[in-house]
Amino acid sequence: MAKTHIMAAGVETRTATGIPTGKMGVWWFLASEIVLFGGLIGVYIMSRLGSTGWPEMAAHLSVPIGTLNTFVLLTSSLTMVLAFAAVEKGDQKGMRTWLLWTVLLGLTFLVIKAFEWGSEIGAGFPLTAGGFWAFYYTMTGLHALHVLGGVVVNSILFLSALMGLLGRNEHRVELAGLYWHFVDVVWIFLFPLLYLSW
Amino acid sequence: MLSWLPENVSTYGGDIDSMISLIYYVVGAWFLLTYGAMILFLILYRRREGRRATYITGERLGEAAWILVPCVIVLGLDLWMDFRGAEVWAKVMGRVPPSDLRVQVTAKQFNWEILYPGPDGQFGTEDDLLLENELHVPVNKVVAVVLKSKDVIHSFFLPHLRLKQDAVPGREIKAWFEATKPGQYEIPCAELCGFGHSGMKGWLHVYPAEEYQQWVKARWPSS
Amino acid sequence: MSARVGVEGPVSFWRTYVFSTDHKTIAKQYLAIGLSWAIVGGLLAYLMRWQLAYPETPVPGFGWVPEPHMVTGIIPPEFYNMLVTMHGTIMVFFVAMPILLGAFGNFLIPLMIGAQDMAFPRLNMLSVWTFALSSLVLLISFFVPGGAAAAGWTGYPPLSAKAIYTGVDWGLNLWILALALEFASFLMGGINFLTTTVNLRAPGLSMFRLPLLVWMQITAAVLFMLSVGPLIAGAVMLLLDRVAGTSFYLPEGGGDPLLWQHLFWFFGHPEVYVILLPGLGIILEILPVFSRKPIFGYRPFIYSTIAVGILSFIVWAHHQFLSGMDPRLAMPFSITTILISVPFALMVFAMIATLWRGSIRFPTPMLFTLGTLAVFLIGGLTGIFNGSAPVDIYIHDTYFVVSHFHYTLVAVTFFASFAGLYFWFPKMFGRMMNETLGKIHFWLTFLFFNAVFIPMFLLGAGGMMRRIANPMQYDFLQPLQPMNVFATIASILLLLGQIPFVINFFWSLFAGKVAERNPWQANTLEWTAPSPPPHGNFETVPVVYRGPYEYSHPSVTEDWLPQDRPAVPTAVS
Repeated sequence: MAKTHIMAAGVETRTATGIPTGKMGVWWFLASEIVLFGGLIGVYIMSRLGSTGWPEMAAHLSVPIGTLNTFVLLTSSLTMVLAFAAVEKGDQKGMRTWLLWTVLLGLTFLVIKAFEWGSEIGAGFPLTAGGFWAFYYTMTGLHALHVLGGVVVNSILFLSALMGLLGRNEHRVELAGLYWHFVDVVWIFLFPLLYLSW
Repeated sequence: MLSWLPENVSTYGGDIDSMISLIYYVVGAWFLLTYGAMILFLILYRRREGRRATYITGERLGEAAWILVPCVIVLGLDLWMDFRGAEVWAKVMGRVPPSDLRVQVTAKQFNWEILYPGPDGQFGTEDDLLLENELHVPVNKVVAVVLKSKDVIHSFFLPHLRLKQDAVPGREIKAWFEATKPGQYEIPCAELCGFGHSGMKGWLHVYPAEEYQQWVKARWPSS
Repeated sequence: MSARVGVEGPVSFWRTYVFSTDHKTIAKQYLAIGLSWAIVGGLLAYLMRWQLAYPETPVPGFGWVPEPHMVTGIIPPEFYNMLVTMHGTIMVFFVAMPILLGAFGNFLIPLMIGAQDMAFPRLNMLSVWTFALSSLVLLISFFVPGGAAAAGWTGYPPLSAKAIYTGVDWGLNLWILALALEFASFLMGGINFLTTTVNLRAPGLSMFRLPLLVWMQITAAVLFMLSVGPLIAGAVMLLLDRVAGTSFYLPEGGGDPLLWQHLFWFFGHPEVYVILLPGLGIILEILPVFSRKPIFGYRPFIYSTIAVGILSFIVWAHHQFLSGMDPRLAMPFSITTILISVPFALMVFAMIATLWRGSIRFPTPMLFTLGTLAVFLIGGLTGIFNGSAPVDIYIHDTYFVVSHFHYTLVAVTFFASFAGLYFWFPKMFGRMMNETLGKIHFWLTFLFFNAVFIPMFLLGAGGMMRRIANPMQYDFLQPLQPMNVFATIASILLLLGQIPFVINFFWSLFAGKVAERNPWQANTLEWTAPSPPPHGNFETVPVVYRGPYEYSHPSVTEDWLPQDRPAVPTAVS
């Protein structure tokens, strides 16, 4: 039988499989999220294949800004990895620094997104402007909500660490990281499907 | 149960009723076998003083065979019923056979609007006739129906012809039937469509050939 | 039930009973909410049945409902559509799910695997509170202008996508919100069930020594978690169509009504197995205990369960044979549907084979177990009619379908739940329920349930459509009306037949015979804990030496052998 107890970043937890319990929980959660976004993206693809005029509508999106946002999110994934690396090295200050960067980059993404939406609506393309736009706002909106959720979680971790309350739960940085990477991966799918009209 | 089916006046209704019967008898046999076995075991193996249950896990092949073999039979019968059904399905829902009469049925909250093309056989011409809730057809002739909807999903149901097809807004869906007996048959709506769903119904009037000609003449005097 | 004592000392009433992280308390909270909704769902059914049997006559006992909902006790068609919708929504999402998964899953999983609690107790508390919130939202939806949702529990657009089509505005928006919250609640629960079962098992408890109930619960959790995502997406889209002017489902704006149907049923079909499997899990625990024999074919059961789980994802369009989708899709879905009947057939045969050469006793839990099997069997057999596409042309949207799904769903939601309640009541509450009242409850329920729903097969064969408020409006249905009257009278008697249970349940809570640890002489780990178990469940972590169904094993004199009894060398006889 596998190890009954493992040490994950200093925390002992019972596990019959050797996989830390918290990590397994996050993976099950991500599985359900994959089906949620997968379903929505699948519906978008099928709708787009069966319709006309969507590439013309998509051409109104700003590819440079979308690219910038992609870069912002990818960088935030990097800083998240660095935050966890700092945890494993026992570098408290490094963890806090990188977590803060992740939060700031996440907020940057949201601000850029809000700016994009504002300019698109101002140019006459709100949610009701047609099939493509309905999907665009729904998909990026749902994604943005998830980014916001991640920002909140990371902020809580950062503040807890700052106030010395994180204690033996530093492994939660890794768990939050898993979620953050997932949110990033969803964007990697959304970006070409929405912005790069082909 | 089979005696509760309404009278069948459709060419393919018999095929559908045959499928219902087939499944009824197969399922009925399984019902008797399994219930019979269950009740028998409940009686035979009631707790009795001095008699201990036998330790059988069912995991050895000789034991498991008792449930695996019936499962294979279930599979075989099921597939057989499915392939028989495929033929009937293709007949009813496949290509519409060459038709003698075409009508457009547009469902709306809460009526069937029935558009006849008139003697010229074309829709969208002068001699089109729109009636509400009345479908007049000759007996023994193939009637091709194009189903549309103005608002929500309705379902065009002719119980005596064993025909049902959803009418979906934004789509034109083809269906067909051939009535074998003159009479009046109800056309209820079979998909919840709002507060008037209950009571939304039309009437199918099937005429012998001569009477149908009289009906046509009365509607289109100049033809 | 004394205030629990934690490491920090006695805990307040609020932390013990309201804001508890103990899986057993959370289970009881789910049970309480689920049973309360069951009463509401039953009353809605009474209203419908009265209207069907005696259309446009005042419903006895409901003259107080104000206009425009009811008019001097008479049900207008708008109200009837709401009854139909809310009865289905409540029974599936607010009765079956909380009782079968929320209550039984939460209570039993940690106990059966020898754990102190779920892996994430605070997430568990959050899940039941989210469920309570979703219940509140649904309850409020009854009282907003326009009333509660009225587009069927299936909510097909365009009827559900524009308020003007139903006359229901905020009621349907709140319906969508309530469901979204309910989904979130059970997603959280599913994460807990899966992680707990995989990771917190006691030493010696391999996956192939788990009680089948646990296998059923985790399969249900996986099914739910992998199927609900597309519907959440679809529900967001429906809400946007209703309030934000989009046209995902409205053809005049380029949308497609059939999109909803695919998203709904891709979830909807696995969902019925999410409900079914835990119910089967309950009776699979009770059957061997009262046959004093192992479950026949433990591993085949597990493989069948996994097969059902996988197949359940590829049958969904059998709900849409007549929807206007390409008719060529009907045959593939017919075949997958027919295939899914095979593992269920295996389970039924195996359950009956468990009785072979047993030593069968018939206390109330066993009666309800056998009742579940008997009722489920009819449900499964009648599914064959529905799965055959040409037959479905006739019986789709008739009472034949209604009866089929009541036979399958009521089997597990009611019969199996009652079996489980009577069986685990001693463990949950430390007292025994009354046997005589239990037997009376069983026979009344079994008799009147069949009396309500067998006529519906006949009504369906006669062509009676679903969701119509007044069968007398149709000439061809008038000869069938006596069946409607018969079913209604039986349904009233069925509701009254639940009174012995209500009396029994509450009386036994306070004055039932005090229960010992293991009143049924059963093998699984929950019976080694005290009745009821304290916070933390076990005095010492159990160690498991064998599977859960070693009854009447030849090597021991007693006819049971607990999972945690150490193996002893057997004497050569």
